[in-house]
Amino acid sequence: MTESAPTRILPQAPPLVVIRDLSKVYERGRQRIEVLHHVNLDIPRGDFLALMGPSGSGKSTLLNLIAGLDLPTQGSLSVDGQRIDRLSATALARWRAANVGFVFQFYNLLPALSAQRNVELPLLLTRLSAARRRRHAAIALELVGLSDRAAHQPNELSGGQQQRVAIARAIVSDPQLLVCDEPTGDLDRHSAEEVLTLLQRLNREYGKTMIMVTHDPKAAEFSRRTLQLDKGTLVDG
Amino acid sequence: MKYLPLLIAALLRKKVRTLLTLLSVAAAFALFGMLDAVRVAFEAPRSVVGIDRLITSSRLSLIQPLPAAYRARIASLPGVRAVTFASWFGGIYQDPKNFFANFAVDPATYFDMYPELVLPPAQRLAFLKTRTGAVVGQTLADRFGWRVGDRIPLKATIFPNRDGSAVWTFALVGIFQAAAPELRASERQMLFHHDYFDEGRDLDQGTVGWYVERVTDPTQAARVAQAIDRQFANSAYETRTQSEREFQLAFAEQIGDIGLIVKAIMGAVFFTLVLLTGNTMAQSLRERIPELAVLKTIGFTNRAVLLLVLAEAVLLLWIGGLLGLVLARLSLPAIREATAGQIDLSMQTESWVLGLGLMTVIGIAVGLPPALKAMRMRIVDALAGR
Repeated sequence: MTESAPTRILPQAPPLVVIRDLSKVYERGRQRIEVLHHVNLDIPRGDFLALMGPSGSGKSTLLNLIAGLDLPTQGSLSVDGQRIDRLSATALARWRAANVGFVFQFYNLLPALSAQRNVELPLLLTRLSAARRRRHAAIALELVGLSDRAAHQPNELSGGQQQRVAIARAIVSDPQLLVCDEPTGDLDRHSAEEVLTLLQRLNREYGKTMIMVTHDPKAAEFSRRTLQLDKGTLVDG
Repeated sequence: MKYLPLLIAALLRKKVRTLLTLLSVAAAFALFGMLDAVRVAFEAPRSVVGIDRLITSSRLSLIQPLPAAYRARIASLPGVRAVTFASWFGGIYQDPKNFFANFAVDPATYFDMYPELVLPPAQRLAFLKTRTGAVVGQTLADRFGWRVGDRIPLKATIFPNRDGSAVWTFALVGIFQAAAPELRASERQMLFHHDYFDEGRDLDQGTVGWYVERVTDPTQAARVAQAIDRQFANSAYETRTQSEREFQLAFAEQIGDIGLIVKAIMGAVFFTLVLLTGNTMAQSLRERIPELAVLKTIGFTNRAVLLLVLAEAVLLLWIGGLLGLVLARLSLPAIREATAGQIDLSMQTESWVLGLGLMTVIGIAVGLPPALKAMRMRIVDALAGR
């Protein structure tokens, strides 16, 4: 992983994420639900953006679109100059593997794999040798402070530790963008602060661009800026 | 290979369920291994011995006898070098479960026709001279602890003795051995004088069960067989002449079409296996939808997820199937011991190859529906639990 100097937001550089006139419509039977309406947003490199808003406001949908997990109904979405809304499913999967790290609310670790093996998962998609995959995973686990838990199964770890393993998995392939969907939603206050401090450190010290969906204003305080979404539209934070 | 830990982890996710599924797969393939050994034993030529021998029996049925007078007419045909004959007796020694083959034969010609049965000259002479004499194979003698000089009573099931008794008593005058280890199955029979049998029985006197011919030229065997059958066409006792192997198959198939029975049982077993394993795989996939969604999220393509689920199903079948085949391989000698050599089967390479092929095909068949479902799964729906 490349370590950068603290505070690496670069307003002069082109934004990492450029969103123009983005809309997303879901169709459930005959029902047509417009979740996002004509969203425009720039996210600079090195930003730590918190997306807040009530349930159903479209914040997770926006996060999924930026992360390449879903495709917009209308508008354009570029990440690092690449129009990801135009990629095929296979190309999008490869793009995600190379460019995005994911942190989920419920950790989503594979229960039968050790922490080390869970962290190695994204590296299976690379050409790295088994020894180098182990080495990279060990470094990522060291970074999140869990070197001594490498051989543990997820059910032998606390919620906070599992989330830190998930963060190690998200950063092991050194992506430029980390997307976090309610990363502290399932944690107690102490564990939540540990996880948020870790995310903040990854942003400030390692220059990772972070986008975090949260309901928790205290979590949002760890970000550089907060945007509010309401009924599919960005409003002033 | 780098995905192997992922596959093993998927299988170990529910250890008890995987173990039970593996055991059912192993049981199915153990049964397959044993039944296929039966099929191979019946269908595959195991030896060139007997390539120059033909067997003539009744065209109607194997249990229908033929006139003794046919012997001379068969012997006179061009291409026939020698003729002998035999009749099935079907006697029981002490208990029906002690079953072994016992035939009435012509002692003067039978051992010339079957040189692979080696009887010491002195014992052969004694067999010729002793009207109530019998000879048995070494394996059979060992099984019952018989020695030359013993008297062996057999209870008739088809041919009662003319004196009204069901018991025929024979004097054991010789013990023959197979000329080669692979022919040891032939040591599990008992042979006695046809004359003694014919005079003593009340039924079908003056007939024989079948004739055995040695042909001058094995390449002309089919032509000689046709000539024999032509000789007796449109008579009261029409014949069917076959190669020795065809005859043995027909003899065994008196209890039914062995190949068909074996295939029917295997078909039922594998049909059940497909349903059982398919259900397990589908259930396993339903439980792992969020995990597969995570794999897709971090960059596994739809195709990679399809192949992972397929590989998991095939791996499950391979582990269980190979375990089953090894169990079958290990149990065949035990079956031979338990049946005192009556059932002597071995698993051939073709059974292993066929087994591996079946494991792969069944693995793909049971893995494909859940694999396609996993491939088509939308990440955002799966992560949202929809």
